[in-house]
Parts: sequence; C-alpha cells; structure tokens
Amino acid sequence: MAEKDGLMNQTVTPPPAPKPRKPGLALWLPLILFGGFLALVVYGLVRPADREVVSAFIDKPLPAFDLPPASADRPGLSTAEFKAGKKPRLLNVFASWCVPCAVESPQLAQLAQLGVEIDGVAIRDRKDDLARFLATNGNPFVRIGKDDVSQVQLAIGSSGVPETFVVDAKGVIRYQHIGAIQPQDVPLILQKLAEAAS
Amino acid sequence: MRRPIQIVPQIVVQIVAALLFAVALPFAQSAQAQDSLPPAPYAYKQLADPQQEAKAQALMETLRCLKCQSQSIADSDAPMAGDMRHQVRMRIAAGEDPEAIRGWLIERYGDYVSYTPQVKPITWPLFGAPVVFLALAALLLRGRFRKGDRA
Repeated sequence: MAEKDGLMNQTVTPPPAPKPRKPGLALWLPLILFGGFLALVVYGLVRPADREVVSAFIDKPLPAFDLPPASADRPGLSTAEFKAGKKPRLLNVFASWCVPCAVESPQLAQLAQLGVEIDGVAIRDRKDDLARFLATNGNPFVRIGKDDVSQVQLAIGSSGVPETFVVDAKGVIRYQHIGAIQPQDVPLILQKLAEAAS
Repeated sequence: MRRPIQIVPQIVVQIVAALLFAVALPFAQSAQAQDSLPPAPYAYKQLADPQQEAKAQALMETLRCLKCQSQSIADSDAPMAGDMRHQVRMRIAAGEDPEAIRGWLIERYGDYVSYTPQVKPITWPLFGAPVVFLALAALLLRGRFRKGDRA
C-alpha cells in the first residue's frame, strides 16, 4: 500500500518534447531506391537476359540411341557410329518444318564440302516432308535418324531446332551451337572441330 | 450508273487491310513452323494406373517447358512439352522414381528445367533464410519478454 501511495504522490513531469530530427538519409532513401530500380530497368532493356537453355551434357559421352532412317537414301543413326569414327563429326538436330533449318543449309553444305561429316536427327518429321526439304535445300547428311518423340533431343539436352553438336571420335559431345549456323559461324564450328580432334 | 457513296475513303481501307495482314502474318508463320506429326502416344494420354498417373502429373507440374519457359510441361501444348510428358509417363510406367527422372533432366538441361529448387550450395540461402529469420525473431522476442518481466 505504501508503495502505491508513493507512486500516486509523484509529480508528473511532462515528457520532453521530441527534438526536430534533421531529415537525413530517410528523405533520400525513396529516391535512391527509385534510382536503383531505374538502373535495373535500363540494364534489363539494354542487355536482355539470355533465355537459351544451354545443354549441360557437353563433355559427356553421347547417350545410347538407335534411330531408324528418316529418308530413303540415308541410313539411320546410332551412338555406335559416333564411337567408330576416326575424326569428330557434327550432329545436327533439325526438322523440315523448322524455318531457320533452311537458313543454315548453305552453311552445312559448305562444311560438308570441306570434308566435315554431318549426321542429322530429324525431329518429329514425316518422310515425304523431309524428302521435299532435302530436295529443296540440299542433303549434307551422311546419316539421318528419325526421332518422332524427341527422345534423342531430350537425351542430349537440346531444347530446340536447329542445334548442332560437335562430337569427338570417342563419342563425347564437345560443343553445342544453338540456332542456325550463320555464314560467320562457320570458322567457329571448324575451330571447335579442330579442338575436338586434338 | 451512279457511283456508290464512299463512306470510308479507299486509303483508309487499304491501311486497315495492311494492318490486319501485318497482325495476322506472324500467326501464319508460326502455324507453318509446327510439325505435322501427331503428338507422342503419352503426350495427352494418361497412364492406365491412376497412382502412376498421379505421380507423373505431380512431376510434370514442376518441370519447365523449354519452348515456353514460364509454363510447366503439364500446362504447355508445345510439341516438345508433349514429348517431355511422353518421356516422363513412359519412365514412371517403367517404375522409375520421379526424383530420378527430375535428376535425369537436370543432368541435361541444368537446374533451370526444374521449378522445385534443389538443395545445393547455391540454394542454401533459400532454405537457410527462414531458419535465420526464425532464430532472429526468437532472439528479439526473448529480449522483449525479459524486459516485460523486470518492469
């Protein structure tokens, strides 16, 4: 009780008036944040993110597959042929319904003329469509495998057509080229083939 | 013969026609850039065993379609997503573990193909942050309750 009385008798002092604080960082923070946001937007516009999904299967041996022939005049394609070779080969994932695949055909023809052996995997293709495509755009392929459910494409980590893989003589994937091979890409492909040979 | 009254000038008609053509053109091209093969057997067909199908469905909802990267392969009508569903269902039917199938795809396409984050050094902050925040909250609350006891 005595304690309570003591409390009651205390004189109540008003709380000290809050000191006017100087507007420091708090004032500028929103502007700074906005500036940062703006910088991020500009960066995103100037350098858009690369949305290509790169194969994680580079430097790994080609998975086992055995595809039936996709055209009447070329044999089918199996992993064994890549391991039996003496030099690196190109594995071209393509389709007759793919527009950029027609764009790269002169470059494939040029590579074939330079002595590069190219094997093809035709994705979800009909035989007559493919025959028409090869008649129109030329046939640089040694073998063409028919892949109707994209099984080989999935097995090597390819996410679209066209894609071209450099496979060395032991059957190990050494390089992946995403998209059509443009004329300026030919030296790079040749360089990667040379690297795979050494 | 009387000429019909021109309500809309010829040039406007031409501009509208050109615009419509320009809008429709990409669709025409994308329709052309599709394969003509029917979808893979198990792209749209469920597995006969409901338990297996449920497993496959749960997995497919957490795998990214590589053609349409903000959709899962369960959501996408891209032919490649259909082929991926076929691959998943065939493997589930063969008795493969869903996480093994996820691992098979990650081995080929990287972590990006899976919507479910994997526990790896790079994702430790993701799994660690909630624990850190919980510990921080417990510490702060403990301080508060201590003060309350003394007052």
